[in-house]
Amino acid sequence: MSDLISMTLAEARDAIRAKKISSRELTGAFVSAIEKARPLNAFITEAGEQALTMADAADKRIAAGQIGALEGLPLAIKDLFCTKGVRTTAASKILGNFVPPYESTVTQNLWDAGAVMLGKTNLDEFAMGSSNETSAFGNVINPWRAKNSNVNLVPGGSSGGSSAAVAADLCLAATGTDTGGSIRQPAAVTGRVGLKPTYGRCSRFGVVAFASSLDQAGPMTKTVKDAAIMLKTMASVDAKDSTSVDIEVPDYEKLLEGGIKGLRVGIPKEYRIDGVPAEINALWTRGAEWLKAQGAEIVEVSLPHTKYALPTYYIVAPAEASSNLARYDGVKFGYRAEGVRDITDLYEKSRGQGFGAEVQRRILIGTYVLSAGYYDAYYSRAQKLRTLIKRDFEQAFEKCDVLLTPTTPGPAFGVGAKTSDPLEMYLQDVFTVTVNLAGLPGISVPAGLSENGLPLGLQLIGKAFDEATLLRAALAVETAADFKHSPAKWWSV
Amino acid sequence: MNAPIKNKLLKGETSEWEIVIGMEVHAQILSQSKLFSGASTTFGAEPNNNVSFIDAGFPGMLPVINEKCVEQAVRTGLGLKAKINLRSLFDRKNYFYPDLPQGYQISQYKDPIVGEGEVLIDLKDGESIKVGIERLHLEQDAGKSLHDQHPDHSFVDLNRSGIALMEIVTKPHMRTSEEAAAFLKKLRAIVRYLGTCDGNMDEGSMRADVNVSVCRVGGYDEFRKTGSFKTLGTRCEIKNVNSMRFIAQAVEYEARRQIEVIEGGGTIAQETRLYDSKLGETRSMRSKEEAHDYRYFPDPDLLPLEFEQSWVDAIAKTLPELPDEKKARFVKGGLSPYDASVLVAERELADYYEELAKGVDAKAAANWLNNEILGRLNRDGLSITDVPVSAAANNAIIQMISDQTISGKIAKDLLDIVWTEGGDPRQVVEARGMKQVTDTGAIDAAIEAVIAANPDKVEEVKAKPKLSAWFVGQVMKQTGGKANPVAVNAALKTRLNLPDEG
Repeated sequence: MSDLISMTLAEARDAIRAKKISSRELTGAFVSAIEKARPLNAFITEAGEQALTMADAADKRIAAGQIGALEGLPLAIKDLFCTKGVRTTAASKILGNFVPPYESTVTQNLWDAGAVMLGKTNLDEFAMGSSNETSAFGNVINPWRAKNSNVNLVPGGSSGGSSAAVAADLCLAATGTDTGGSIRQPAAVTGRVGLKPTYGRCSRFGVVAFASSLDQAGPMTKTVKDAAIMLKTMASVDAKDSTSVDIEVPDYEKLLEGGIKGLRVGIPKEYRIDGVPAEINALWTRGAEWLKAQGAEIVEVSLPHTKYALPTYYIVAPAEASSNLARYDGVKFGYRAEGVRDITDLYEKSRGQGFGAEVQRRILIGTYVLSAGYYDAYYSRAQKLRTLIKRDFEQAFEKCDVLLTPTTPGPAFGVGAKTSDPLEMYLQDVFTVTVNLAGLPGISVPAGLSENGLPLGLQLIGKAFDEATLLRAALAVETAADFKHSPAKWWSV
Repeated sequence: MNAPIKNKLLKGETSEWEIVIGMEVHAQILSQSKLFSGASTTFGAEPNNNVSFIDAGFPGMLPVINEKCVEQAVRTGLGLKAKINLRSLFDRKNYFYPDLPQGYQISQYKDPIVGEGEVLIDLKDGESIKVGIERLHLEQDAGKSLHDQHPDHSFVDLNRSGIALMEIVTKPHMRTSEEAAAFLKKLRAIVRYLGTCDGNMDEGSMRADVNVSVCRVGGYDEFRKTGSFKTLGTRCEIKNVNSMRFIAQAVEYEARRQIEVIEGGGTIAQETRLYDSKLGETRSMRSKEEAHDYRYFPDPDLLPLEFEQSWVDAIAKTLPELPDEKKARFVKGGLSPYDASVLVAERELADYYEELAKGVDAKAAANWLNNEILGRLNRDGLSITDVPVSAAANNAIIQMISDQTISGKIAKDLLDIVWTEGGDPRQVVEARGMKQVTDTGAIDAAIEAVIAANPDKVEEVKAKPKLSAWFVGQVMKQTGGKANPVAVNAALKTRLNLPDEG
């Protein structure tokens, strides 16, 4: 059975189409793998029974010759996507036992293509975190362990349940969302591929909002090709999301072919940051060499406002979050505190008890930066910086087609290692937030192991809506890196 | 244009004061569905029946702008002769309240869809003044909290949540409670003509917040000259005044209150006040210090609202004739400005009048409408939309008066008949023999009969020609009221040899 679950999405798709395996067989294998992997805590809600029902339906369609792009392929869904009839938590206590009466557009697209839902994966509460330790449903354990170590590591965040599920072969692929790096960083520290598409490529309808101008759904997969396949189905213009963009969704899988001869790859000099381990910079240099060897042209570029990206992000994102999360007030749905005196008491107790510490911290920051007298000093200036950061990229892309950078400043770290210092935790996003601020597509590709045997990723950044070129460059990195490592399945024994 | 301010001053204990009034009017847009959702806007539905997941603030829901509402706002802007902004922005106004499910109201803060415009208002003494419009913006309505349904629970009805409102903000250009009421009346007429708001104040489709301040005589002129608010007093905002009458009362009360405070050596604190229509007074709701910090910021779920000038031009072409233009046309057609302004106040009334006046004297038609039709409607507690006799039928009656088919008196009887019994006026006149007798033979015969019966009166009238009126009355009686009084008069004069001035 382990052969089944270690297949890539593309391999499984082809096997199903060739009728070598049924969706039920495949889905059954994942359902039992998920049960065995409970120590990882990757799922908040397992939906094994429903998955098998969906698999049977897919098998029937296959028998009838109606084969969707993802027919019968079992996927894991980050528990930030609303799924009709299946509890959706955003990993927060405040949503209580909220069961959405509607389906997010991205997941609907997946089911319309025949995919099977295995369950809802764990995440940082409301996607706020870089280690999946802020979840109200407990932290997720990274399937990877350092060489000769039994110490539990974090799977990255916020899409930590999805990254762990993909790395541990608990699904063929998973959905994630990325507001400041929440797809790419967890993919990097679990040795898998994570793609954040251009803002507006995937609909945000039905995705629990964190920071509306930054949030974007994307795939987390075993390979670049799988990411191309997933994106093709996830992406769509949507009348229900005014910020989704009506640009044709091409066949990314087909566009992977052709190589990168003549591709101009920019190396932003500002991404050489003090305190980043030498092995990260070495990997980055190696990545550039791989691309050069395949015919790319390497150019140095400058993104001068990079140093303002983190502060800008930590004003814009909390500001929007403070407003987006105002609807969780104990009045209409979700958690409501008991024994309250009046409406103010109801708000204070419900929100005080329902939100975790990190979410409360960000709501406070966001409320503060939007307050009268502080708006101009913070929010307004952050918006100006955001424009400058965007312009940095526009100017860089006059000289190159994609950018190459590290994804994270280091490999996976130990559970609890950074929880006492929020600022150190925020540094996890130092290479990824700029991409969200500029609304560009970015992808993390596993590129090697750290000295202590943990995966490291390289990030490629593309032009808006040019995911095709981005994926082709990513495939070149993947091919050269030839990353074949998988974590030992210590949890199954 | 602006008359002497003398009659606009309010006398305090120690001196005279000027009142300065500005208004913020919330007008509910006429549309099938809400501003950002497909839910219905029908009034009076069962609580929480017209609610989509968007209106209820469910997780992952996103607003999508309703183009019809945008069109209605532009239409209104054009009706207010205002600048239409081809690019505007939606902002979030953040505050917590149970009937605000998202925890914020989507509104337009810095960049509204409509900029400066003006409204001309007509006052009773024939004076017209211009009230400047500062802006018009689009925003969502909130739901309704119900506190009187249960001893210790409050309920929330979200039917109104998300309904599209236009907030129309005036400049502080009104000076008396009469002007304030006249402004709202005119604004209501304009949006009703445009079909952008039903103006129904009872159902809350139109609500006004009134800003009132008082200043020393001359302060207002100084403000108009310099644009500086320094010469105006501190204003208080009176919330949600929901009838024309209450507006006048609230302004009057509030101005007197402020004058009393200032003359007593106090100062006016900027605050929000509530008008209590039962007690006829305003009272403090919250001070400036207690005011909410709404933390406005651009709504990241919505793109800037952009459209082409050509789209605006196309809407402009569909605008109906508005009250001011209609009034001008009526005046040109022979009505007094006052009569014309009364008729154009309601589009239905003006439409009725136009049909009524087809091919007859304008003044006669207006008088007939004012005296006969409106009088009867008033008596029966009906409005112009339920008048039982069509304009065409009334037009026929007026024609019959003017071509002397019937007398004015008979005309009123005729209207009473068709008012209650229905029927075509011309047929009723025929069937009931109500035609005026102009046949001199018949009149002469009646005169001879009256003379023969009253020889003594003949002598009296010769001495006192004014008594001929008695003869006219007798002849009318003889003919059953159908004789043409003019013809009777003329025939009598000849027969009795009376002087012309008699």
